[in-house]
Amino acid sequence: MVDLQKPFYGGLTLFFVAMLGWGISSAGAPGLAFGFSAALTLGGSLVCIWERSVVRSAFSLMGTFVGVAGLFILLGADFVGMAQILIYVGGILALLLFGVMLSPPDMEERKLSRVAGGLVLMGAAVAWVSAKVAATVEWAQLPKDELPEMTTSVHDIGVGFIAPDKYVVAFELAAVLLTVALVAAVYIARRKMADFEPAKDIPSKDIAGKEAAMKEIA
Amino acid sequence: MAALPIALNAAQAALEVASSEGGNLTLDLLKQYAPESVPAWILPLTAAAVSVGIVVAVIALLALTSVWLERKVSGHIQCRYGPMYAGGWHGWAQSIADGIKLLMKEDMIPLGADRALFVIAPALVLGAIFGAFVAMPLSPDFFFADLHLGAFFILGMSSLTTIGVVMAGWASNSKWSLYGAMREAAQVVAYEIPLGLSLMVPLIVAGTFNLLDASAGQSDWWGMGWYIFKNPFVLPAGLLFFVSSLAETKRAPFDLPEAESELVAGFLTEYSGIRWSFFFMEEYAAMYLMSLMAAVFFLGGFESPFLHFAKAAELPVIVCNLIAAVTLITKSMIGVIVMMWVRWTLPRVRIDQVMTMGYKYLTPLALLCVLGAALWEAGKVLIFE
Repeated sequence: MVDLQKPFYGGLTLFFVAMLGWGISSAGAPGLAFGFSAALTLGGSLVCIWERSVVRSAFSLMGTFVGVAGLFILLGADFVGMAQILIYVGGILALLLFGVMLSPPDMEERKLSRVAGGLVLMGAAVAWVSAKVAATVEWAQLPKDELPEMTTSVHDIGVGFIAPDKYVVAFELAAVLLTVALVAAVYIARRKMADFEPAKDIPSKDIAGKEAAMKEIA
Repeated sequence: MAALPIALNAAQAALEVASSEGGNLTLDLLKQYAPESVPAWILPLTAAAVSVGIVVAVIALLALTSVWLERKVSGHIQCRYGPMYAGGWHGWAQSIADGIKLLMKEDMIPLGADRALFVIAPALVLGAIFGAFVAMPLSPDFFFADLHLGAFFILGMSSLTTIGVVMAGWASNSKWSLYGAMREAAQVVAYEIPLGLSLMVPLIVAGTFNLLDASAGQSDWWGMGWYIFKNPFVLPAGLLFFVSSLAETKRAPFDLPEAESELVAGFLTEYSGIRWSFFFMEEYAAMYLMSLMAAVFFLGGFESPFLHFAKAAELPVIVCNLIAAVTLITKSMIGVIVMMWVRWTLPRVRIDQVMTMGYKYLTPLALLCVLGAALWEAGKVLIFE
């Protein structure tokens, strides 16, 4: 079996540098920021599916999350970008690592036949989405080398969540759904009271017998 | 000596430019003085590099000083002197001597370790904490990035350090390290909620995430309009913030990830030399970060009667900025010293007690504070407007 680790990471580094160079040459400093975020997103997800060690895969997701946060911020959605870092990296990824580090490693060799079906389906999905995007976006009208005005979107988001003619119902429904999920998780994970009761066949301490023996000695 | 007035004049001019345009100081200076032939995209990159360089230098110096300070404080709390020899006066050069020793130590990576992650982890931890400092203003006109969501950004960046600690614990391939990493993950996930919620209380009063605006909002009442005086729920929220920030920065009594009586040194067990000192530097930087946040959002930020009367007397901009910076640093220094005092006074708690405290007490209390502060502010609007 050929060791593909070094060629893979070499290729990844080249890809990273190429993205940065492409960003600078097409749009200057904003382009560099975009190239960096995009390369981080793609590189993180590539490492995630390439690495055999599942913990390394989980860590590489951090690159993806941070890259996506960078893309959000570049699009002017600063609140969403920072929530992405705070919630996905600080919360969800930490919990994911917690679970992954406690699970035994899977040393079985990866075979193409095991994932072929999934690969075909995924390729079809990616092709379909790309075709849709290419057909709907009017490329000529996109701004090339300027960023949107750096204003904050937090006020609009807040108003959208509480204004009755906007998304207040959807927001509250999502909150209820999350609460239900939390309660259900606690219900499934909690120990039953039977786990805490002493088993029947183990004799409990013979306190009365002991006391009688103490009296005899005295 | 002739250079000093020129430098002061340049600083004064730059601050005036910055205060009129409200941008990055380095970038403004570069735009003013860079020759025309330089391509435009280089300027923001250079400004970013210079800003990061300044942040790294200042924080590294601060960490060195506070290591010495911590040893002195702990010494005096335990009725001894602490370092006394290196450098002469009260062992002031002890940290420099330690730093040189750490630099010259052999760089060891255990055989069974995951080499790549083992090397990345300290850099990630340090990079995340420096990233958080980029959004921290030093005075009203001296800052690197004036973010609309500064407080949110700083919380996000400090949560990145957790991933670095977990990475270090796993990559070390030692059971002590892994236990330390597990505790860190569990502890931070538990305490991030009360930390964020208790920070939301002054944010409700301030009505902004921006650190400069939040500080400027406390300038009334002769510079004493601090948020803890403006709303009765901010003071308990401040205490909750302090306790949660102790857990977030892994300081005693919540230093379970590196509890030396149970786990050798927790996630630090396999680290040595300069990589070990990176984690140490991160701990001190995080202490300053949390104290600065507390100073800005609870204790008035730059505002104090000194700054108020300096502005009223129309002193030059640079003097006002100096007063503001000294005020902020003094406030955060007090926070850091209280953190040291707590560390050397209280014993370490058990891990189940840490979890109980985070989930069962701090989170509901923080929620109550948020509710109360919101009702108070709403009531003020209803009654007075």
